[in-house]
Amino acid sequence: MRLSPDQMIFWQHGVLKLNGTIAFTWGLMLVLAVGSKLVTRRLSTGLHRSRWQNLLEIIVTGIEKQIAEVGLRHPKKYLGFLGTLFLFVASASLCTIIPGYEPPTGSLSTTAALALCVLAAVPFYGIQEEGLRGYLKSYVEPTVIMLPFNIISELSRTLALAVRLFGNMMSGTMILAILLTITPFIFPIAMSVLGLLTGMVQAYIFSILATVYIAAATRGRKSTAAPTPKTTA
Amino acid sequence: MDSTTLIAIASIVTAGLTIALGSIGPALGEGRAVATALSSLAQQPDAATTITRTLFVGLAMIESIAIYCFVVSMILLFANPFWNHVIAPAVGK
Repeated sequence: MRLSPDQMIFWQHGVLKLNGTIAFTWGLMLVLAVGSKLVTRRLSTGLHRSRWQNLLEIIVTGIEKQIAEVGLRHPKKYLGFLGTLFLFVASASLCTIIPGYEPPTGSLSTTAALALCVLAAVPFYGIQEEGLRGYLKSYVEPTVIMLPFNIISELSRTLALAVRLFGNMMSGTMILAILLTITPFIFPIAMSVLGLLTGMVQAYIFSILATVYIAAATRGRKSTAAPTPKTTA
Repeated sequence: MDSTTLIAIASIVTAGLTIALGSIGPALGEGRAVATALSSLAQQPDAATTITRTLFVGLAMIESIAIYCFVVSMILLFANPFWNHVIAPAVGK
C-alpha cells in the first residue's frame, strides 16, 4: 500500500532517487512559473484585459485582502511568501484531477519543508518589524516563566502545520485507493470531489495560519487589536 | 505466543482503537463549534464572512487532532517499525 509519492521511483542512480514527490513538485513549479510568465507578458491597465490577467488579478487581490483582514499592516510585503504557500498547496491539490498524479503534499517531506519555511519566516518578519530585542521580548511576553512554553508552542505548531497538511492529503489519496478496490465506479468519484474540497480548505488553512503566526510576531505591544494567541494545536 | 504474533495483534488492535477513540473528541468538538457558529450567524448575519472564516480555521484546528490519530493508525498498519523488525528475517533482508 503506497503511503506517499515518495515510493513512486522514476529513476535511480545509487543513492540519488528521482521519486514522485520531486518530479511532481518541480512539475507544479514549472506550470505555475511558466503560466504566470506567459500571462503577465503583456499587462494592460485599460478596460480590456485578457481573461487570464483577470484571473490572476482576482487571485492576487483576494489573497492581499485576506492578509489585510487578519491584521498585517503592509500586506504587499508578505504577499509573495503567503501567496506562494497558498498557490502551491492549492494547485498541488487541484491537479489530482489529472490521472497518474499524486499530490506532492501527500509526502511528509514536502509538508515538513513548507512548515519549516513558516518557522523561519516568523522570526524573519518579526525581527524586520520589531527589531531583534522587540521580537525576543515577545517570548517573555506575559511573564518570564512563560519562556519555555512559548518556545515549545512555536515548535509544536510547526509540527502541527506539517502533520495536518500531510494527514489530510495522504488520507484523501489513501481512502480513494482503498475505495477503488471495493466499489469501482460512483463512490470513488464522490470521494475524490470531497478530496478536492478538503485540499482547497487545507491550502487556505495553511496560509491563514502562517499569516496569523506572522501577524502575532509582528504585532508587538503597540496595537490593542484582538490578540492572536500562541496556540499549540 | 511468539513475538511476531504478539506484535501483529497489538498493532492491529491498537490501530483500530486509535482511530475509533480518536475520532470521538474532534467530532463532538466540531459539532459544538458549528452549532455556536450557526447561532452567531443567526444573530449577526452581516458578520457572516468573518464568522465563516474563523469557523473554518477553528474546524481545521480541531480536525488536526483526528488527523494525528489517523496518521498514528496508518503508521501502525503500514509503516510499523516493530513489525518490519520481526519480519526482516522472513523477508530475507
